[in-house]
Amino acid sequence: MKDQKLFKKIVSQNNEYERTPVPDNQLKSGKSFLGMYAGEHTAGTEFVIGPLFVAHGVAATDLVLGLLIGNLLAVLSWGFLTGPIATSKRMTLYYQLERITGKSVVNLYNLINALMFCFLAGSMIAVSATAVGIPFNLAMPELTDWYPKTAGWIVAVMIMGTVITLIAIRGYNQVAKFANVMAPWMILIFVSAAFAALPQLGVHTLDGFIVAAKEVIWTGVPLPGISKFTIWHVIFFCWFCNMAMHIGMSDLTILRYAKSWKYGFLSFAGMYIGHFVAWIASGILYAVFLQNNVNSNEFAPGPIAYQAAGIAGAVCVVVAGWTTANPTIYRAGLALQGIFPQTKTWKITAIVGGITSLAACFPALVMKLLDFVALYGLILMPMGAVIFADFYFADKFGFQQEQALNNKKTFTWPALSAWLLTLFVCWLLNYFYGLELFFLGLPGWFVAVTLFVVFSKIKFPALKTKLA
Amino acid sequence: MKTILKIASYIGLVLTIIPPILFFKSYITLDSSHLYMTIGMLIWFGTAPFWINKKTDESSSES
Repeated sequence: MKDQKLFKKIVSQNNEYERTPVPDNQLKSGKSFLGMYAGEHTAGTEFVIGPLFVAHGVAATDLVLGLLIGNLLAVLSWGFLTGPIATSKRMTLYYQLERITGKSVVNLYNLINALMFCFLAGSMIAVSATAVGIPFNLAMPELTDWYPKTAGWIVAVMIMGTVITLIAIRGYNQVAKFANVMAPWMILIFVSAAFAALPQLGVHTLDGFIVAAKEVIWTGVPLPGISKFTIWHVIFFCWFCNMAMHIGMSDLTILRYAKSWKYGFLSFAGMYIGHFVAWIASGILYAVFLQNNVNSNEFAPGPIAYQAAGIAGAVCVVVAGWTTANPTIYRAGLALQGIFPQTKTWKITAIVGGITSLAACFPALVMKLLDFVALYGLILMPMGAVIFADFYFADKFGFQQEQALNNKKTFTWPALSAWLLTLFVCWLLNYFYGLELFFLGLPGWFVAVTLFVVFSKIKFPALKTKLA
Repeated sequence: MKTILKIASYIGLVLTIIPPILFFKSYITLDSSHLYMTIGMLIWFGTAPFWINKKTDESSSES
């Protein structure tokens, strides 16, 4: 499985070509990327996102159309934005940013990125804990819960968090191998569980499914106390849930190994398996759960999967949460290690694991996962816009490319100012105009590009202008 | 040996996907479907690591 090898290379401690372009003899085939994208986007969070669409009252047609369009936009973003820059520069995101903004801004970026990774891994641990708690009859969190309600929940999460952290301390290799083995089985479990769930809704034919999809599963009516989602929410969430990776350019680190810029389009495997099939399947499971537990406000992927797929479903939730939490903790550790290179890896991983476990105690991370994922992408997006503008607009608008590198600086203000001001503008749009979090990324990107171009032109005009 | 392990793994996957479809078509009960899926899971867990990762290790050592 070359995809595992590729991912291992990318997150490996001794990251090769950290500050040099990837040489031609190290480039990977399209098959590697296909497998990696399919595996990475069929994760523990899929057990949460599909049901949340049901809870938010997405209508069936809106869901299918929204997923088709949103995923297509995500694939196009990977293909047209990330792929060309990744294969042209062949640098990691961090080094590319360092060349533009300087080391000190990258450190700030790393710190925020690490924190975001901790929260993301925390939500995965919480997802796993809902399945681990089944045999102990653990009181599960509810849709409106923000804080832990029972000591049992905290104990379950802390045990899961400790185990996952200890494994992460031991290194990435074994978990990567385990995740590699689990990936095909997990994808099938999503599909199997959906098939097993449908008869419980009285569906035994395709025609019956279409009727049930509209009238029972995605009714268009949100659960009490939950906001209503339209097709626009689905499209934009789908497009921007991985915004940090494509528009935010985080996947430069992965796609720099691609033989062709077109490999960015191979993300379709992850989008249409993980973010289409798995989200629809997990939505079906939640509808069955709601039918079997009338008036229940409980929201726990473990019991939901257990009802449809039995022990295999519950195990899948644990495995899916674990195999995604582990590399996420590892990535957070690496991001922090960039700031504190002298500190031992195991100490950093232990600290990251501790923060992650603490965060996982709060069910809000699961219940508000859609908002968190959108916020995560939004916060990191402006730096992707900076890289984009630096790559495409430097010559056109007359400012210096890779300003920090060319001027031998460890800090430059145009990128940092563009980043912070973009987030401020997004906040203004949200606060004063009521534009929801899911939609802020689009205007935010244009704001970030514009601000960076203007600031760069002021501070670092093109050299020939300077010389003249 | 690897071929036998591979065949067993694929049987594990078949036991994961086919029983729910049979339940969907009302040929078996939900409990039976759960049981077969659990067996399929155990077979997959017990066989797949021996050939999937072996392939990885081999390809790693090649480079």
